[in-house]
Amino acid sequence: MEVRVSNVRKEFDRFPALRDVSLDIKSGELIALLGPSGSGKTTLLRLIAGLERPTRGTIFFGDEDASNRTIQERNVGFVFQHYALFRHMTVADNIGFGLKVRPSAKRPTRAEIRRRASELLDLVQLSGLEKRYPAQLSGGQRQRVALARAMAIEPKVLLLDEPFGALDAQVRRELRRWLREIHDATGHTTIFVTHDQEEALELADRVVVMSQGRIEQIGTADEVYDTPNSPFVYGFIGESSSLPVKIEDGQIWIADRPIGLATPDLPNGEATLYFRPHDIELLDECNGCIAGTVAASRRVAGTRRVELEIGGGRERIEIELPVGHPAAQKSRVAFRPKRWKVFPKVDQA
Amino acid sequence: MTTAPAKAGWRFRQPSVIPGFGLTLGFSLAYLTLIILIPLSGLVWRSASLGWTDFWAIATDRRTVKALEISFGTAFIAAAINVVFGTIVAWVLVRYRFPGRRVIDAMVDLPFALPTAVAGIALTTLYSPKGWMGALLAPLGIKVAYTPLGIVIALVFIGLPFVVRTVQPIIEEIDKEVEEAAATLGANRFQTIFLVLFPGLAPAVVTGFALAFARGVGEYGSVIFIAGNLPYISEIAPLLIVIRLEEYDYAAATAIATIMLALSFAMLLVINLIQSWTRKRYG
Repeated sequence: MEVRVSNVRKEFDRFPALRDVSLDIKSGELIALLGPSGSGKTTLLRLIAGLERPTRGTIFFGDEDASNRTIQERNVGFVFQHYALFRHMTVADNIGFGLKVRPSAKRPTRAEIRRRASELLDLVQLSGLEKRYPAQLSGGQRQRVALARAMAIEPKVLLLDEPFGALDAQVRRELRRWLREIHDATGHTTIFVTHDQEEALELADRVVVMSQGRIEQIGTADEVYDTPNSPFVYGFIGESSSLPVKIEDGQIWIADRPIGLATPDLPNGEATLYFRPHDIELLDECNGCIAGTVAASRRVAGTRRVELEIGGGRERIEIELPVGHPAAQKSRVAFRPKRWKVFPKVDQA
Repeated sequence: MTTAPAKAGWRFRQPSVIPGFGLTLGFSLAYLTLIILIPLSGLVWRSASLGWTDFWAIATDRRTVKALEISFGTAFIAAAINVVFGTIVAWVLVRYRFPGRRVIDAMVDLPFALPTAVAGIALTTLYSPKGWMGALLAPLGIKVAYTPLGIVIALVFIGLPFVVRTVQPIIEEIDKEVEEAAATLGANRFQTIFLVLFPGLAPAVVTGFALAFARGVGEYGSVIFIAGNLPYISEIAPLLIVIRLEEYDYAAATAIATIMLALSFAMLLVINLIQSWTRKRYG
């Protein structure tokens, strides 16, 4: 089922949580809504589910306007961060709940419901736990039951709100791979919310990066990492260093020196240069480079991270060098980013 | 952890290394013995002096049986009524914000604080055939004061806070996400309430019922004013005990008391067992 969010705005007590968001999701896609807390990602998910009503705008399921449909009619599977299992019901009853509450004309027989439940338990790899109560399961198991329960109603869309947020790192990684497998096997259109970029980049077909109630960028993992389209995305996804620069006649200047990078399309004025700390080339002599004094040097896993003071200590940036690289011993390092991007300074109105 | 052979049933669980088990258990036992066990065993002892035949004669006396029936019957009905309406009151107090909520919340506790005799007199005035409510009900042929119906009303009044105060904190704990989950799975509001929310409240409701019921069985002050105290019709067991005492028939009084004690203890025990069973399941 395709999902189309069209110019949706949501206010809570006049405070906008979402400002004019539009998003097209293709059938069968696995989409991540990624952003810091307060970016509106959970609000967007709840609007799609029908748990909130938009202040303005429309949500389409396929060609059909779903905005005025109730939660029950929307037929979405929703998985909550804290599972929200029914604790007085067994695992099997939890999974069968969505079928049991259907109107009698559409309700499967009890035997059929039981059969569906144990099928789904097989799918989420919890066979044999039908008779357990949620209190008797671990966090990871509970979340799998919650997913099986959501899938039992054959939802048009599967929505997951920080599904792995309450689990420890090990279980998280395991469930992440497993969710991908389930998605590939069942083909549900799936949208999940996360603030963990690693999770989003690894799992999703496309990542929707959000900030302050707006969508900053939509793209594959490669696109949002390699070609971020805003300072926020550059800073939020992956490691990045930034420096204030000046543009004059298509050349980038730091203080009073050009650094050998050209950006012919941008107008003159103040700007900020972004680059990845590992995506640099070191230079022996400096005619057009960024040069800085080594302020600190730390070993981080397989690389050495060097902190440089640029322009007499007013700015500090980080670059990454291979371990044992001679430059780390020097007191002064000159380099030039291999891949970078300049964003003109925007007046904060 | 599992060095002891896993035997079914009772097992003494080793207390944690943090000290205090011996002292607190010893204190609890001594205290309960002093406050509850000694007076109650005195009661049983006294009634035992009657001998089995006399005891049986008093126990099966028609007036005694009727009084016990009325006491336990009205207390049961009143507790059942309180479970329904007390749960609704608790729900409203937790879920909705409206002007006067705090006042109503405080009002719920009034039956705790009010001398029961005052409550009894007030209710009697209201429900007697010439009172405000009684005058409205009389044309319909409903008599409240001086009938078992009056006893039920007095006990509903007395028992309400027990249900509200036990159910209220559990309703406060209900996770909003659980309701939302039920809704996304297609359950309508009615199904959500009856299949999801109420079963979760069941242990607290059972506790509230037990407390209201126990209070109702033992209630004296409010009931004797409204009941009319007609033997075989609206005479409660506690009153019969007092009547026997006034006749200096201490043996008969203790005999009736012992029967009440045994019945109450049996019922509370069953309720407690039901409760621990539900607790074990829901965790």
